[in-house]
Amino acid sequence: MAAIEANTRRITYRDAVREGLRDALRRDPAVFLMGEDIGKYGGCFAVTKGFLEEFGEARIRDTPLSESAFVGAGIGAALGGMRPIVEIMTVNFSLLALDQIMNTAATLSHMSGGQFNVPLVIRMASGAGRQVAAQHSHSLEGWYSHIPGLRIVTPATLDDAAGMLATALACPDPVIIFEHMALYNMEGELTAAFGPADIDHAVIRRAGRDVTLITYGASLYKCLTAAERLAAHGIEAEVIDLRSLRPLDERTFIDSVSRTHRAVIVDEGWRSVGLAAEIGMRIMEGAFYELDAPVQRVCGVEVPMPYASHLEQAALPQVEQIVAAVTGMMAGAAGGAGAG
Amino acid sequence: MSAQPAGQHAVTREHGLHLLREMLRIRCFEDRCAELYGAGKIRGFLHLYNGQEAVAVGVMQSLRSTDAIAGTYREHGHAIARGIAPRRLMAELFGKETGCCRGRGGSMHIFDATTRFYGGSAIVGGCLPLAVGLALAEKLQGRDGIAVCFFGEGAAAEGEFHESMNLAALWSLPVLFVCENNLYAMGTALARSQAATDLAARAANYRMRAQAVDGMDVLAVEAAARELVAFVRTERAPAFLEARTYRLRAHSMYDPQLYRSKAEVREWEERGPLVTFARRMEAQGLMSEDDLTALREEANAEVDDAVRFAEQSSFEPVADLQRFTYAEVAHGGD
Repeated sequence: MAAIEANTRRITYRDAVREGLRDALRRDPAVFLMGEDIGKYGGCFAVTKGFLEEFGEARIRDTPLSESAFVGAGIGAALGGMRPIVEIMTVNFSLLALDQIMNTAATLSHMSGGQFNVPLVIRMASGAGRQVAAQHSHSLEGWYSHIPGLRIVTPATLDDAAGMLATALACPDPVIIFEHMALYNMEGELTAAFGPADIDHAVIRRAGRDVTLITYGASLYKCLTAAERLAAHGIEAEVIDLRSLRPLDERTFIDSVSRTHRAVIVDEGWRSVGLAAEIGMRIMEGAFYELDAPVQRVCGVEVPMPYASHLEQAALPQVEQIVAAVTGMMAGAAGGAGAG
Repeated sequence: MSAQPAGQHAVTREHGLHLLREMLRIRCFEDRCAELYGAGKIRGFLHLYNGQEAVAVGVMQSLRSTDAIAGTYREHGHAIARGIAPRRLMAELFGKETGCCRGRGGSMHIFDATTRFYGGSAIVGGCLPLAVGLALAEKLQGRDGIAVCFFGEGAAAEGEFHESMNLAALWSLPVLFVCENNLYAMGTALARSQAATDLAARAANYRMRAQAVDGMDVLAVEAAARELVAFVRTERAPAFLEARTYRLRAHSMYDPQLYRSKAEVREWEERGPLVTFARRMEAQGLMSEDDLTALREEANAEVDDAVRFAEQSSFEPVADLQRFTYAEVAHGGD
């Protein structure tokens, strides 16, 4: 363990994002940041604190509350040779920029016959759990993943939080990075020499032989906790962190399901017509005859997110539900255990 | 902020013929498009530029090849005036592989990297933030290029208009906003949809240099644009030009034009940018009837050639359908 400790630093997810951003700003003068309150205020989640002093007004640009204009300006600046990183404070406000994201960023390469690429990186915080109610708690990762032309990544670990940014910047396509709000204060180990992280593939975060838990973002930790509890009952769960939702690395989860013969998909997003449905269907297409039990989903309950803590928690996937879904399917019980 | 009186600006024979040629090339191209639409060769939405030629032609005169341009779905005229070959344009409308976007964009989405032509946006107001960003890139990289954004007066009701005006002024970005006020947003007149109808005044409220010009007078547009382009280029600050113009044809090929009278259209036809300018050139002895005939034939021949080229070109293989959804230089996408 000593060697591992020497090569890692214990910091928060927030600081890992910050390190990734600072590294990018130092490496490439074409990189600049813009977004609401990222400068003087230091970022809504304090990710960019101190950046204005370090990198100056030209590269750390506080924007007006004009999501469509500053996302569109990011697209234009990317077309003009810059490498903008646009911060949309939260995914909830990104709906005000959806036209630019969907009708411009995602379409331009194809619509121009490959003449123009949009090397734009958009970061946004997502998710629920902070009692900020229905307009500040969306999980729309699956929604955005519906759109051809975009790349959607969901860093759940510190190395991914720090390292996916460099890969996203090097990518000629528009990349949206979703950072779950619940992760910013999480402490973990950042590899000291962290480098560009792969943004094409899922990874197995915990190996197991009995069931595959497929998830992304903050739900990864609920799945890992559930896997520990299941292990106490002799059930070994494999936990897959999708990391990239578009492209979706189905090879990794189909191979896993082909080994474990069971799958539970855990997604904070709403159950209907969502990412979990897509993953489930890909398992049907790619591993149907490998299954020993119907695929299960543990998803967000289909309701605008309530304020009161007990209601909010009841609307979100919980460790107990994941455990129940797995034990139910291991016992051969019929019916779903999904929260939705 | 009032429009300048018409016919004030002097012009040489050579330059006058150049401006007229450019406007005729566009008019001829557009008229042919209408025919080809009727013949089923061009499909989808088709928005023609007839009547507004003086705006694109007038503004383009003072732009450099290093400047960036963003426009709307009524952008054939800007594309031609910018120097995109009519062959590649017509092939695009035919959906052919030799089209400037390989047949993926069509009439509303013309792009051309070599002339820095960034569309071709069919979402009203969508091109404004893009132009702001292109201007930001010029500024951050210390280049002397500017961005020019063409849009209609309908866009002035969109949130993106206000957001973009504010951002461009706040950050002092080198962008020229050219608002082509043709009086109708599809079929809704300006006064029926916007409370304040002086658009140049609206832009001026964003602490931006703004002026209105008679958009039917190519020399007036050229002079106003030259001044504003020089201002934007040297001051690295935005400016706004409202060109008061008129769309002589229907909004698109599906428009029965119930919202305006034939008399109104006839009246504006009399004020059309080509007829008035040709008349002025002739009256000033700068052009003969033969000159005009020669220009017309030249423009027709160019369009004939473009149509032939488009007809003879092939369609992109269906196997290529998903190409360019993601860049081909790295990463694939799923």
